[in-house]
Amino acid sequence: MQNTNFSDEFNRESMRSLEKNASDDIQEKIIEALLFGCALISVFTTFGIVFIIFRVTFEFFQEVSLAQFFLDTKWTPLFAQKHFGIWPLINGTFLTTAIAMLVAIPLGLCSAIYLAEYASPKAAAILRPAVELLAGVPTVVYGYFALLFVTPVLRQFLPIEIFNALSAGLMMGIMISPTVGSISLDAIQSVPRSLREGAYAIGVTKLETIIKVVLPAALSGIAASIILGISRAVGETMTVLIAAGQEPRISLNPFQSVETMTAYMAQISGGDSPRGSANYNTLYAVGAVLFLLTLFLNVVSHWISNRYKEKYD
Amino acid sequence: MASSISRNNPQRPSEEFSPNIEQRETTGKIFEIIFLIGLSIGLVVLAVLVFDVLKDGLGRLFTPGFLTGTPSRFADQGGIRPAIFGSILLGGLVMLIAVPIGVGAALYLEEYAPKAWWTDVIEINVSNLAGVPSIVYGLLGLGVFNYLLNFGPALLSGALTLSLLSLPVIIVTGREAIRAVPDSIRQASYGLGTTKWQTVWNHVLPYAVPGIMTGVIISVSRAIGDAASLIVVGAVSFLTFNPGLFQRFMALPIQIYTYITRPEPGFSNAAAASIIVLLLLIMVLNGGAIYFRQRFSTFK
Repeated sequence: MQNTNFSDEFNRESMRSLEKNASDDIQEKIIEALLFGCALISVFTTFGIVFIIFRVTFEFFQEVSLAQFFLDTKWTPLFAQKHFGIWPLINGTFLTTAIAMLVAIPLGLCSAIYLAEYASPKAAAILRPAVELLAGVPTVVYGYFALLFVTPVLRQFLPIEIFNALSAGLMMGIMISPTVGSISLDAIQSVPRSLREGAYAIGVTKLETIIKVVLPAALSGIAASIILGISRAVGETMTVLIAAGQEPRISLNPFQSVETMTAYMAQISGGDSPRGSANYNTLYAVGAVLFLLTLFLNVVSHWISNRYKEKYD
Repeated sequence: MASSISRNNPQRPSEEFSPNIEQRETTGKIFEIIFLIGLSIGLVVLAVLVFDVLKDGLGRLFTPGFLTGTPSRFADQGGIRPAIFGSILLGGLVMLIAVPIGVGAALYLEEYAPKAWWTDVIEINVSNLAGVPSIVYGLLGLGVFNYLLNFGPALLSGALTLSLLSLPVIIVTGREAIRAVPDSIRQASYGLGTTKWQTVWNHVLPYAVPGIMTGVIISVSRAIGDAASLIVVGAVSFLTFNPGLFQRFMALPIQIYTYITRPEPGFSNAAAASIIVLLLLIMVLNGGAIYFRQRFSTFK
């Protein structure tokens, strides 16, 4: 053990001096600069997003006050009687996201637990990519399926509207379950074996070990996966645009049509509001809220998973 | 064991430990089945989805002119050729633009970047960008490519937007692949007196190609399937010619979305048929990438 540590240290030292000798050349410097440029593009992308969104959002708030945006409860920028209250859109996003997570959390956790604790390595090698196929299906396809298959089936025994939050949320949940599943799986797999063996040694069954030892130990990774899943659901567009409808309202009834922030953005982009008008600028104001919300969720998720990584390193 | 516990707690003799192993193991078995069902639900839905799409779309797919014609306002006529061309062009451009930049960035971060605060900033930035919703990338593309660079709602704007969207995934998976290359390979190369770039280009990169390909498949498939950002950038739903670089453009997901939103009954079949084409396109892409991965991983 000590031996490998020593040789690792030695490798790193010798590598550094080798690199120094090898990169003492103008051509090498140019290549390094080019590669650095590639890496910088990601930083420019972020600056671009922030600059573009917030410049127009600032313009928007010259015309529409923050109070109108955050205190009004109606969203009708395209009507003669204009209201710019964001809450109906947030309501729609919240409702579809909540339904999606009610599906994605149990499905994701079940598949993570099964793959980590029960499946043979051979079965896991087939099942894991199969489950992850779900995340690779284009979201417009889920929208098609939600509107033209799930809704008609549900309508046979539930009083739901043609466009409704329920079908969209259900399909979004299926789509997001691999996100929750694969990060949870990593977290469960990095729980040290010794913890499980300790539990078995005092006569605990497999299920009890999983519920009382493995899952609590993997809790921060699981939490991070759930928050990332929420972020995905909040930002998902096509499924909700197609299946949940375009009726901004404040209601927690999943049988009704709602409009999410993303669906509104797609709607206004496809419409013909003149550029620069207040109702066109809502695109950016809503985009700013969406961006900040998903950024917040991603940062929290990242922060939680970093904390848990340190624990077992 | 049980008797010693009760002797230590004479006040509560009824709390004797009873292992009841059989019942606990049965509960365990039941939950194993529940977990398996939870895993299977997604797969069952996927199977039903594919079956439903095939059932609705296969008939329409084989009507004459569907693959070779241009869109029509009649549900049972016309085709999706401009959308297929648009998607293939978009996918090709994303590969040309995003893959070199993404791999370059990954190489910089893994092989060149010094340990400094700004390297951390780039890293955190990349992982945050991976979580930005596609429709927000649409806003970026609209602002930068349509208006600032004045390309307008052209295919190039769409391709550049999708490239930015794909970059984070390519960078993240590329870095993992590069990190997995053993140091001994680099040392052997330096031992022959090569420059740093020669080592990276001739040894590190070929070794990392299989892993990099995985990221490329994931991100380019996602780009081809993405509709939200293209709606914002200004993809159109009706085109009578194959789109060029600086022309207005269609793409399969946009075509599918348009078909779904048309109320006349036959359009849903056209949507399903287009979905089959889109899924086939993604499968071909995956197949090609897997083939390349196999070819390049021979010396592993």
